[in-house]
Amino acid sequence: MTNATQPEATLDERQPSQVELDRRAFRRKQNARSLLISIASTIIFAVLVWLLLINSPGWSDVQRSFFDLDTAISSFPQIIVGLWLNIQVLFFAAILVGIFGSLLAIARTLRGAVFAPFRLGAAIYTDFFRGIPLLLVLYLVGFGVPALGFTERLPMQFWGTIALTLTYSSYVAEVLRAGIEAVHPSQRMAARSLGLGYSKTLRLVVLPQAVRKVTPALMNDFVSMQKDVGLISVLGAVDAIRAAQIEVASVYNFTPYVVAGILFVLLSWPMIRLTDWYTARAQRREQMGGQV
Amino acid sequence: MSEHTSRPVLRVTGVHKKFGDTAVLKGIDIEVARHEVVVLIGASGSGKSTLLKTVNLLEGVDDGQIFLQGDDITDPRVNADRIRARIGVVFQHYNLFPHLSVLKNITLASRNVFKIDKATAEARGRELLRRIGLEEKATEYPDRLSGGQQQRVAIARAIATEPELLLLDEITSALDPQLVGEVLDLVGELKQSGSTIMMATHEMSFARRVADRVIFLSQGRIVEAGPPEQIFDDPQQPETKTFLSRLRAAEPGA
Repeated sequence: MTNATQPEATLDERQPSQVELDRRAFRRKQNARSLLISIASTIIFAVLVWLLLINSPGWSDVQRSFFDLDTAISSFPQIIVGLWLNIQVLFFAAILVGIFGSLLAIARTLRGAVFAPFRLGAAIYTDFFRGIPLLLVLYLVGFGVPALGFTERLPMQFWGTIALTLTYSSYVAEVLRAGIEAVHPSQRMAARSLGLGYSKTLRLVVLPQAVRKVTPALMNDFVSMQKDVGLISVLGAVDAIRAAQIEVASVYNFTPYVVAGILFVLLSWPMIRLTDWYTARAQRREQMGGQV
Repeated sequence: MSEHTSRPVLRVTGVHKKFGDTAVLKGIDIEVARHEVVVLIGASGSGKSTLLKTVNLLEGVDDGQIFLQGDDITDPRVNADRIRARIGVVFQHYNLFPHLSVLKNITLASRNVFKIDKATAEARGRELLRRIGLEEKATEYPDRLSGGQQQRVAIARAIATEPELLLLDEITSALDPQLVGEVLDLVGELKQSGSTIMMATHEMSFARRVADRVIFLSQGRIVEAGPPEQIFDDPQQPETKTFLSRLRAAEPGA
């Protein structure tokens, strides 16, 4: 055996060898280089896009009708008030979708002959509502159901929330079902072997793992719902989009739409980042892996 | 020794590795000559698996160097994928690809890394399957095989590209005792055919039979190294003695 080339390591801090120091220096240099390259390429790309945009023949018209600062400032308060309505609808719809979607997913994964009608019902439901455009559901629920006359006049945001819930529950149910089925059967066996019953196994062992597996897909649905909340404007509810529309009609300028668009992006951004952070953390915790 | 006449296949010098604040490897030096079988023994957590992972660049080192046929593979300038392609690895839990048939598992690297055409790769894959006695399983999927069969397929997958060095990481630890034999017999055959192998194992009787050299690791250091007869029958270090006697107490056959 060759002699150790390093001095004997102390328990706490040992002096890295020259080879290792060189490697570290090289890596630092590489990192600095790739950082510089990425910054440079981003700037060049952005400048190119910008130049292309402002040199286009119609740029001055587009700038005036879509990016007018005064209009943006004057329309901002109304749009923000509208956005608050979107957030409220989103809040309730998300909770309802969570509950209803989980029930549907569980119904589809129930075993045993007795549950056949549940399975069938849930399957028909998800097939139907995943197929039908959200806009049609909004019209049917928003104008059709009140016309039946069972209820007093309710605000349109109420019907909008119901319509969103109906459609998104079917998406979420399918995602959750995929997650439930992706949990390895051995996990059920282990839970049942401890004496947990069917529903406790589902609630304490299967669903938590299922949700973790499909968190990115669920968050994707949530972000998607965040912007589809804007569709309740077709029912006449004065949300951010509707407020922008009113402003557009009064000043003959499209800038309020751009303002609403930016606000929707800002609304979804924290959620997107949170999802990324959460999935990365779960991965670090549960999947031990090296550098590859 | 042959080390003087030919370059060692693997040379590990002064390798250190830390996970967080825990030092897992504290200055490891090993040379593996061509056609040599080196067996790493030691308790769980002694650093055997980590050492094998650093050799295959699945973990980086915090200090020291590793040479494969004289090439410094710990140099950050090397293409790690190309190095890994030259080394075969068999894992404790087989790690076969469940979405691919047995034959496709074996030919995946040949076709996609070494760009060998389909007919040649599959002919060679079938020949390997014949050698490990699983010819009729070519089109089966891994989940349909027993643990021992899966591990034999994993070995076939690792040697399909004729690697310069084979790393076996406790490949029988997840197997039923009656399936261990078939896998170890295959490893014995690989030794006969001249493979260069570094392996971690808990099977002491097998280590004694197949090893050219046994290395005892404890807490990230090499405590003792030598031919199997010396390590098992006449260990010099007190730590080695304790380890072996505990093992014998637990498992009288070993």
